[in-house]
Amino acid sequence: MKAFAYRRTADVRSALTLLAEDDGARYLAGGTNLVDLMKDGVEAPMRLVDVRSLPLDGVRETSDGGLVIGATTTNSDAAAHPEVRRRYPALSQAVLAGASGQLRNTATVGGNLLQRTRCAYFADPSQPCNKRDPGSGCPAITGEHHNHAILGWSRHCVATGPSDMAVALAAFDAVVQYETLDGAGEIPLSDFYLAVGDSPEMETALPAGALITAVTLPASAASPRSRYRKVRERASYAFANVSVAADLDIADGSVRGARIALGGVASRPWRAQVAEEVLQGAPAAADRFRAAADAELSAAEPLRDNRYKVTLARNLIVAVLTELAEGARR
Amino acid sequence: MSDDTHSAISLHVNGAPHSLSVDNRTTLLDALRDGIGHTGPKKGCDHGQCGACTVLLDGRRVVSCLTLAVAAEGAEITTIEGLAEDGELRPIQQAFVRLDGFQCGYCTPGQICSAVGMLAEHAAGWPSAVTADVSPDGPAPELDATEVRERMSGNLCRCGAHPSIVRAVLETAARGEAAE
Repeated sequence: MKAFAYRRTADVRSALTLLAEDDGARYLAGGTNLVDLMKDGVEAPMRLVDVRSLPLDGVRETSDGGLVIGATTTNSDAAAHPEVRRRYPALSQAVLAGASGQLRNTATVGGNLLQRTRCAYFADPSQPCNKRDPGSGCPAITGEHHNHAILGWSRHCVATGPSDMAVALAAFDAVVQYETLDGAGEIPLSDFYLAVGDSPEMETALPAGALITAVTLPASAASPRSRYRKVRERASYAFANVSVAADLDIADGSVRGARIALGGVASRPWRAQVAEEVLQGAPAAADRFRAAADAELSAAEPLRDNRYKVTLARNLIVAVLTELAEGARR
Repeated sequence: MSDDTHSAISLHVNGAPHSLSVDNRTTLLDALRDGIGHTGPKKGCDHGQCGACTVLLDGRRVVSCLTLAVAAEGAEITTIEGLAEDGELRPIQQAFVRLDGFQCGYCTPGQICSAVGMLAEHAAGWPSAVTADVSPDGPAPELDATEVRERMSGNLCRCGAHPSIVRAVLETAARGEAAE
């Protein structure tokens, strides 16, 4: 690991200034991903600006009945918060499906949004990787890619986004709040992660030096029945092969609205807008769920060793929607 | 050392303050083991995956290998060495001994610190990934073997003592030891 300076501050403005002073500076929150990447030589910041003491902790209600989750709220506290569990259970389930108890106690909501892919080539500086070293190539496309993307990838990068939390946030139309030296801003989660294109090293739409301060969940998305399901290679403590965050608004047997987001299939949370449109106004029935999943996945471009994800994603979407429809009938 | 890549810090470990001069790269795990001499927390994977380095930080279980020592300044840290009270092992420690919750023992300090933190999380009503209904309005999740396995999944035992570890945690929970 390269030597670095460490600064801690309890003031957002001074955190922004401390970061701006040094080109090689990074914010440090929980550090569960950043410190790990520093040990591997993937990240080599010259300065860490510790933001854990900033007054950005906690969950509060918005005036319209949504929730604001502060950026330094730990994953554990976000998942355990009664109002998150009551209004956005799929978010609580998604956070609980990620990492381990110890890591969730340390990792923050803001850091979770910015965690890096677990592609093994990215994590190994002796290998080419366009995300870590732009222009060096992507060995995963012909190499080890059984858990890589089937949607939205490019010939420059086929890595998946690792966050479970972000998948649920995508389904709920969350908004990311941030602060810069020039003032505050916000980005809908749907625009937060950039398409891979030819610059996989550019991952988010955050302005340079910006500090995530909170994530807002709109009241209109609240649903006590929303659901997150994750399929992985172990029973616990593993990244997703495929995951689904979903909610169905059903009235008189018909779908009035659907929210579906997929994890483990793309570089970013994959909002299944095609499937949602197919379901709009349709009977809440298994054949429609299958048709919606197939319509979404018709765009899939699996590689040699991850073809299974197309079937897995389809079956998981159908299973979760069926579960939601049965719950609505009770 | 006074350059900006080193820091003079004070760590509060098991109720006692310790002044240290550390390279900012030093993890809490290395500071505890090499700087203070608490070798209870073990270095297994050093990447947050095995849980052998688990300690309690302000009462919550964390992996000390991914926590920087400088970032732990100001926190109350409890290692396995600080769990016994007046020389008497805590119920979870006694249960591990009685029920063979280990073979080689390398993962045991982390397993036990993790179990203490986990029992407190459960006592606080936190759901887990296997809790069927995370709603705060229903009954609190009951701690059964499935819940314990999920909640302890951040601690690996290469000897495969997991069945006995689950029994030790369940027995301790049944006796009503919150982590306190």
